Amino acid sequence: MTTTADIPLIATPTAAKDETPVMTKVANYTNKGMGKYIVWAIAALWTVPTLGLLISSFRPEDDIKTTGWWTWFTEPGNVTIDNYTTVLQDKVAGRPFSEFFWNTLQIAIPGAIIPISVAALAAYALSWMHFKGRDTLSVFIVALMVVPLQMCLIPLLRYLFAASWFPNALSGTPSIWIAHSIFAMPLAIFLLKNFIGALPSEVIEAARVDGASHMSIFVKIVLPLSVPAIASLAIFQFLWVWNDLLVAKVFGGGAANQPMTYALVDMVGNKGNEWQLLTAGAFITMIVPLIVFLSLQRYFVRGLLAGSVKG
Amino acid sequence: MGDIFSSLGLVVVGIAAFAAVIGGLYWLASQLPEPWRERARTVVFLGPGLLLLLGLVLPALINFRLAFYDRNGDWYGFGNYRDIFTSSNNIEVLMNTLWWGILVTGASTVIGVVIARFADRMRGEPIAKAAIFLPTAISMVGAGIIWNFVYSPREYGLLNSMIGLLPGEQDIQFFLQDSKLLGIDNQWIPGLNSLLIMVVIIWIQAGFATVVISAALKGVPDDLVEAAKIDGATDRQAFFRVVLPYIKGTIITVVTTIVIAVLKIFDIIQTMGKGGSFGTSTMANEMYEQAFPQDNEGLGAAWAILLFLAVAPIIYVNARNQRAMRGAR
Amino acid sequence: MSTLTMNNLQKKYPNGFVAVPGLDLHIDDGEFLVLVGPSGCGKSTVLRMVAGLEDISGGDLLIDDTRVNDKGPQERDIAMVFQSYALYPNMTVEGNIAFAMKLRKTDKGQIKQKVAEVAELLELTQVLDRKPGQLSGGQRQRVAMGRAIVREPKLFLMDEPLSNLDAKLRVQTRAEIAKLQRRLGVTTMYVTHDQVEAMTMGDRVAVLRRGVLMQCAAPSTLYESPDNLFVAQFIGSPSMNVVRGVVRSAGEEGIVLEVAGQSLALTGAAAQRMAGLAKYGGQEIAVGIRPEALGGDGEGQITVAVDLVEMLGSEKLVHASIDAVAVRAIDTGVEIGTGTSSTMIASLDPRRDVRVGERLTLSVDTMRVHAFDLQTGAAIGRS
Repeated sequence: MTTTADIPLIATPTAAKDETPVMTKVANYTNKGMGKYIVWAIAALWTVPTLGLLISSFRPEDDIKTTGWWTWFTEPGNVTIDNYTTVLQDKVAGRPFSEFFWNTLQIAIPGAIIPISVAALAAYALSWMHFKGRDTLSVFIVALMVVPLQMCLIPLLRYLFAASWFPNALSGTPSIWIAHSIFAMPLAIFLLKNFIGALPSEVIEAARVDGASHMSIFVKIVLPLSVPAIASLAIFQFLWVWNDLLVAKVFGGGAANQPMTYALVDMVGNKGNEWQLLTAGAFITMIVPLIVFLSLQRYFVRGLLAGSVKG
Repeated sequence: MGDIFSSLGLVVVGIAAFAAVIGGLYWLASQLPEPWRERARTVVFLGPGLLLLLGLVLPALINFRLAFYDRNGDWYGFGNYRDIFTSSNNIEVLMNTLWWGILVTGASTVIGVVIARFADRMRGEPIAKAAIFLPTAISMVGAGIIWNFVYSPREYGLLNSMIGLLPGEQDIQFFLQDSKLLGIDNQWIPGLNSLLIMVVIIWIQAGFATVVISAALKGVPDDLVEAAKIDGATDRQAFFRVVLPYIKGTIITVVTTIVIAVLKIFDIIQTMGKGGSFGTSTMANEMYEQAFPQDNEGLGAAWAILLFLAVAPIIYVNARNQRAMRGAR
Repeated sequence: MSTLTMNNLQKKYPNGFVAVPGLDLHIDDGEFLVLVGPSGCGKSTVLRMVAGLEDISGGDLLIDDTRVNDKGPQERDIAMVFQSYALYPNMTVEGNIAFAMKLRKTDKGQIKQKVAEVAELLELTQVLDRKPGQLSGGQRQRVAMGRAIVREPKLFLMDEPLSNLDAKLRVQTRAEIAKLQRRLGVTTMYVTHDQVEAMTMGDRVAVLRRGVLMQCAAPSTLYESPDNLFVAQFIGSPSMNVVRGVVRSAGEEGIVLEVAGQSLALTGAAAQRMAGLAKYGGQEIAVGIRPEALGGDGEGQITVAVDLVEMLGSEKLVHASIDAVAVRAIDTGVEIGTGTSSTMIASLDPRRDVRVGERLTLSVDTMRVHAFDLQTGAAIGRS
C-alpha cells in the first residue's frame, strides 16, 4: 500500500517511462545486473537536487534567474565565484556572514561534546554501577525520547533560561549548549547504554579485580572500547546541532550568538529573490557537514549499529 | 580573525569547565568513607545526565498542565482537546500526520532495503551509498533552498521544465500550493503539495535507512544464505524468507527512529508549506503554529500531548524489540 | 601468603532462588583447591563471591582471618583468570599485564622489570607489544595468567581458564598451571566442570552439587572412597557402574551381595571395609563397581552379555547388559532406573579377545566394590 504512492516520487524525471511499482521490481529482479541500475538510478536522483544547488551557486545572477541550472551543461562558460565573495561580505543583522560561521562552530563543537560526555557517564552508571531502581530508571529515560522538543521550548525558556536566577555567565552560547544537551540526552543515553552495556562483563570485572575504580574503568577501558559508538553519536549530534535553527533561535538571545542557519533564513526572508546569494550561502553551511560526514562515514556506520544488530 | 580565537577560546573554556566540574566532584566523592563513597560516585556519574533530563521532564509536566488552559490563561478543562477533535480542519491535520508517518517511513525504509540489497558487493558501492546518504547531512533550511530549484514555478524550476518537455501545451504548475491530488480534493488523502514536501524528507531519511540496513545485511552470515540456496531457495526467496527475517530487529529500529523523527518535523512545513497553509499542516506544525505565531499556548500544549500519545506506543514497541534482541544474544 | 575461609557462606537471589545455601570451606596457605561440579552447581557463584564480584547474602568470607564480605574486589588483593580471559582489547599485552600495577602507581622501572620477568616466564616476550586480537588462543590464555601472577596477590582465582583451548593445548596448559602454582606457592581456588582437570591439578578437590558441598578431599580419596553416590559417579571416566543389589547376608564371616541374580561374596578385608552393610541385611542397596575394577584380577565374578566393544588402544571398553536396574545420582537425590536390565562398562586389557553378543564372565575386584544407601545415596562404609 505504501509503495503505490511512491511510484511518481521515485520514478520522477529520469525513469518516468517505467510504471512498474518499485516493490515489484525488487521482487522480479533476481538478476544483480538489473539491481545495479536501480541503485545507480536512485543515487543519481538523490544527487540531482544538490547538484543543481552547487551549479547554481557558481552562476551569475542573471543566468540563475532566467534559465534553469541544467542549461549550464549545454551552454557552459558563465562561471563565477562572485556569489561566494558577496555572501561572505554580506551583512546579516549588521554582522558579516563569516561571523555566523564561527558562531555555528562554537555552538556545534561543545554542543556535541558535552551531551555525549554526560550521556556516556550516565550510560556507564546505568550499565555497570549497582543501585536501586537502575532498570526502572533506564526504561524511564528511554520513554523520554517521546517528548517532542517543541513541547519544552516555552517552559524551558520561561522557568530556566530566562529566569532571574539563571547565571549571566551561562546566557547566550552556553545556553544553546545546555539546551542541545537536554534534547540530546534520552537518545544519547539510550544508544550509548546499548553499546556500553553490551561490553563483555568479564573485562569490566577483570579491571575491578585489578584494582580499578569506576573512573579508571570508565576512562581507561570503557571509553577506548566505545570509540565507534561515541564517534558516530558525536557526528550525529554535531550534524544536528550544526543544522539546527530552532533551538539557537529560542535560547541564543540576539543575533550575535546565532548560527549560519539563522543568517540563511534571514537572507531567505529579506532577499528571497536573490537566489545567487542563497545558493552560495546554503552551500557554505553544507561544507562542514559534508566534510565531517565523508571523512568519518566509516565510524558513523559502525556506531549506528551498536545494539541494533546481532553479533 | 579575532572571531576564530574568541570562538575557539569559548569552546575550550566551556569544555574545560565541564571536565573540571565532573573531575572535582568525583575527587570529592572519593574522599568520603564507605559506603558513602560508592554512592557519591554513582551520583557523580549519573547526576549530570539526570539534571539535564529534568529539562525534559519538568517542561513535559508543565505542558500537561498548560493544555488545560485557554489562550487567555483561564481554565478550559478538556476544551482544547475537544476543539481539536471537533474542528473539521483538524481531521485533515490528523490525516496528514498519519500519511506522513506511513508514506515517509515506508518509502525511506523500502528504499533503504532496495539499495542495501542491490548495492551489496556492487562495484562503486561506497560512492552510491554516499550519494544517498549525503542529504542526511544537510539542514532543513538548506534542503528548502535546494528543493526550491526543483519545485519552483519559475524558469529555474526543474519539475516544471520536465513537464514542459511533454508533448502538447503544458501549464506552469504551482506545486506547493496544489492541495489536490490528481484533481481530487479530499481531506482524507494528502494533497500533491504534502506529497512533494514528503519527498524532501524521504530524500533526507532514506540515507539513514540505507546505511543502517546495509550494515545489518553485511552482518548476515554467508552460510545462512548458502544453506537456504542449497535447500532450493532462489535469490529472491533467500532474501525475503531468510535475510529479511534475520535483520527484522534492525528494520524495526529503523522504522521507529524514522517515524519518531517524521512525526516531530515541522520546520520544513513552516518553510515549504508556508506554515501549514494549503492543507499541508501536521500535528507538530499545529503545535508550533498555535504556541508561537497564534500565541495560544494551551492549544499548542494539547497538540504536544496528543503527539506524545501518538509516539508512545512506537517507543514501547522499540524498547521491547531491543530487549528481545538482547535476550537473543 | 594467605588462607581463605568460608563460614556458612550463602547466596540468595532477590527472586528467591538459593544458589548456595551455606558453604563451609577452608583453603590452606599455598594450597591448590579445585571446585568442581556440573554446570549450574553454584561453583562460579562461589568464586565470584570470593572475588567480590557477587554480593554475599550471608555467612563470612575470611582472607587471612580478616572478614572481607563488604570489601570491593579492588580491596581484596586477589587476582583472577576468567573463562574468556577478559583481556583489555584496547591495550597491548604489556599494557594488560601492567594495568594493575599502573593503577597502584608502582614505580615505572619496577613495572617494566616485573612485566619482563613474567613475560619471560610465560614466553610472551615476543608478543609484548601486540594487542590481544592478534594473539592465538594459547597466548591469550598465558596473558591472562601473566596478568594474574604479576600482581603477587594473596589469592589466585581461576574460572574455567582452560575451557576455550583445544584438547591438546588444554592438557599441556593444565600441567603448566599446576607447575606454576606450586612454584609460586600462591593459594589458589580453581573452578571447573571437568573432573579430569580437577583430579590432575588440585591438592584437594571440592565437589559441589546445587550449592552444597558433597565432599572435599584429595583426588585419590575422592576416587577411592567417595562419600556418596554423586561424587562416585561424577569422578572417574567412564563413570562408576551402579546397579541395584540386595544384601543377602552380612555377618562375621563375610558379606554376600546379590547383583543381577548372581552372588558376590566379600570376605576378609573387603568385608571389613564395608562392615556398615550389617545394618542392611536383606535390604536393597546400590552397588557400585568402577569399570577398572572389572576384568582384572579379583575374587568375585559377574556374568554379562557384551553389546559393544570400544578399542581405545591402552584399554578396551566393553559395554555389556546386566539384568539389574541402574541407579543414578541426579540433582535432587537418587534415581532408580526403570526396566529390568542396564548397561555396564568394563575396562579390559586391550589384548583380551571379546566379541559382541558373547556372554562374558568378568572378575570383580572385591576391594573396590562400593555400596550406597538407596534413599540417601550416602556411601556405606565401615560403620
